[in-house]
Amino acid sequence: MAITLSELQQQLLGTFFEESQEGLDHLESGLLSLEGTAADAHVIDEIFRAAHSLKGGAGTFGFVGLTELAHEMETVLDRVRSGKQQVNPTLSALLLAGVDGLRSMLGDIHQGLPGEGSAFRPLIENLRATAHVVPPTAVPSPPPQSVSAALTEAPVVVWNINLRAAASILSSGNEPLRLFRELATMGELKVVADASGVPPLSSLEAETCYLAWTLTLQGNVRREQIEEVFAWVSDECTLEISQGAVAENSPPIGKLSASTPTAERLPAAVRAVEKENARSSDEPLESIRVSVGKVDQLMNMVGELVITQSMLGELDDDGPIDRARLARIREGLGLLARNTRSLQDSVMRLRSIPVSLVFARFPRLVHDTSRLLEKKVELRLNGQTTEVDKTVLEKLSDPLVHLVRNSLDHGLEGPAERLASGKPETGTLDLRAYHRGGDIILEVQDDGRGLSRERILEKARRIGLVAEGVELDDAAVYDLIFAPGFSTAAAVTDLSGRGVGMDVVRRNIRGLGGDVSISTVFGQGTKVSLRVPLTLAIIDGQLVRLGNHSYVVPLLSIVESIQMDTKHLMRIDGKVLAYRLRDEVVRVVDLANVLGMPTLTGGLSDRLMVVVESDGEKIGLLVDELLAQQQVVVKSLETNFDRVEGLSGATVLGDGQIAFILDVVGLGRLARASAPRLSLVAA
Amino acid sequence: MNVEASASSMQTTNVASGHRGDLQILTFFVNGDEYAVDILSVQEIRSWAAPMPIPHSPSFVKGVINIRGEIVPIVDLRSRLGFPEGVPDTTTVIVVMRDKSTVPRVLGVVVDAMSDVSNVLNDMIKPTPVQSESGVTMGIIAMPDKMIGLLNPDLLLPVRKISTQ
Repeated sequence: MAITLSELQQQLLGTFFEESQEGLDHLESGLLSLEGTAADAHVIDEIFRAAHSLKGGAGTFGFVGLTELAHEMETVLDRVRSGKQQVNPTLSALLLAGVDGLRSMLGDIHQGLPGEGSAFRPLIENLRATAHVVPPTAVPSPPPQSVSAALTEAPVVVWNINLRAAASILSSGNEPLRLFRELATMGELKVVADASGVPPLSSLEAETCYLAWTLTLQGNVRREQIEEVFAWVSDECTLEISQGAVAENSPPIGKLSASTPTAERLPAAVRAVEKENARSSDEPLESIRVSVGKVDQLMNMVGELVITQSMLGELDDDGPIDRARLARIREGLGLLARNTRSLQDSVMRLRSIPVSLVFARFPRLVHDTSRLLEKKVELRLNGQTTEVDKTVLEKLSDPLVHLVRNSLDHGLEGPAERLASGKPETGTLDLRAYHRGGDIILEVQDDGRGLSRERILEKARRIGLVAEGVELDDAAVYDLIFAPGFSTAAAVTDLSGRGVGMDVVRRNIRGLGGDVSISTVFGQGTKVSLRVPLTLAIIDGQLVRLGNHSYVVPLLSIVESIQMDTKHLMRIDGKVLAYRLRDEVVRVVDLANVLGMPTLTGGLSDRLMVVVESDGEKIGLLVDELLAQQQVVVKSLETNFDRVEGLSGATVLGDGQIAFILDVVGLGRLARASAPRLSLVAA
Repeated sequence: MNVEASASSMQTTNVASGHRGDLQILTFFVNGDEYAVDILSVQEIRSWAAPMPIPHSPSFVKGVINIRGEIVPIVDLRSRLGFPEGVPDTTTVIVVMRDKSTVPRVLGVVVDAMSDVSNVLNDMIKPTPVQSESGVTMGIIAMPDKMIGLLNPDLLLPVRKISTQ
């Protein structure tokens, strides 16, 4: 018993964590989209709900700290919702800090730590203070010119409502609670129930209403509005409505124009984009939500497949196979091929998710970082609906963060410097995603300082990356920032950030089968483009034969395939080690040897060499024969077995045979580990 | 607390006394001996097909085969149990089973020939007197006329490498 209970609790706890994460994301994106704009009731409601359900969940599991913090946030948000508190920078910063606090506590609890640390005490106090202070003084606000003339609305009134419902009110389908909810939308509502009429349990009838209520409604509400709420039940209750005294600390609703203080920090475009964002990034990354459209499309494909099948099925009788019949069969097979292909495409598309899921984190990142650096940045997100394979997208997230940080930190200048160089005070940072061919392109572009060719060269010469006197073209110079070790440049501040981890970014992107390129104009900005294939599940491959088996070399990594010329071979200890490829000497990898297969006999002149790029180095793979080029579906070896060094997976060929897909980077590593060190000097 | 403790001890007695927990096993021949697995872990039985060898794998892993699009590793039970390797013939089959490791894997096991399906009682299962080196044989089933080695499918494949990524 005890075991099942704790299991159930574990399950519920798991759900709670999941939902809380989602709730926090809602809260955060909601807060960001709220900032500065006139309070959008819909958004406020949403974030209020998020805070509220978080509090409820935390309460259920007895996480006191979490509950308390969420409660204080809820209180503040409630005041915002009822219009008693305007959203301003101070407030949203406080609430965002609250979100961070909740997140950190949740993280602690998730890891089994107490997570109820008192570290957030000041934050809670701060929130509490905000919730109880009269708004205009709670907020250091700009002088009266920003107070708009919107004071013409009805003044805040306190209404006392006494309600005694007829005993039969419930049986007529009228639920007083619903009335109270309606009232609560008009202003601040306090409900006190008088339960003195409730009989002892033995004589209690479940369908009879024994309660009476005293309600206090505070807000700019007219008597008629209240009466309207009760219009449906007026004959089933006794209602007294009287006007009470205006509470002392409820001044007219602050009409501070909220746009003024925040607009300085966040340009409208960012807010607009963030708002769009907040609504479009609801899905968690853990699961894929598939649009009905995609499923419908899939259904259509299957429908066509069924039609083709029945058409072919009609031909399956004992009739003679004549010319006409053969033509019909051919036609059917052609249709089948087309259907299969489009079915494959549609299924692949199911795995695709919009990049907005990754873009969603940037408004907050840019907001926080630019504030920290005291820079003004307008973030523009483009192509958020561009879809990319889930696995690819997850791996793109970190490199993108890196690039955005670099741009904010080192690319974009502060307001003063920008004005001095004749640029608008606010810098722009563009994040773009679009498709090109079978690739997705992601661009991070800023209009900041740009890269200085001279300084890169100078630095590269100093650390010995480029020899003195060697002249490089622009592309080669900018390529230097991807060199490992270039990043440690500390003195060249406007460049250093560009180098920090750029080699890591490039390695990650190349690991996905893509590449990074950079274009820049000194003084005008920098653009970094990431190009990655849309999916990792299907790749273009070159089939090669090795002994009796086929292997797949990813087409993207192949530089060229050549018939070897024995004149250009160098052997050491009877093994082929180096081959002269025009003016280069490349390492030769005997695939059979590296893959642990029996070494093949036969002359080298019969063998072919597939030259591939492996981690920046060219290596030549010895194979027996080049077979077809085709798209192959990548299947993991780890599912049922394990990782295998030198292989990135396996695929099933048309004849049902398995072919392993070679991991050229891993092969290069294997070859280096097994072969003696070879210094590559041009022959 | 007390209630819990007594409940769980009662459960153990039940299992040990063999009143429930009858096991159905699939038996097969390897090098003249009979071995068995819990029939619930068996997915299907296939005729022999030469697998694609996996580089850098232990010698008892013969390679992978394609089962309806799934890449399934093949373990040669003879070499897994330390017997000399045999030559596949007409009776050689691959028993496809699922292990119960944390992330379940499907694997094929090459055996010399199929034998039977039988029911055994739990008290017929005896611990191995000598701990087998691989740990693959987790018990011995003492049948009236023969002995059957009970295999643990979870230990047939090599342990997964810990991912460095």
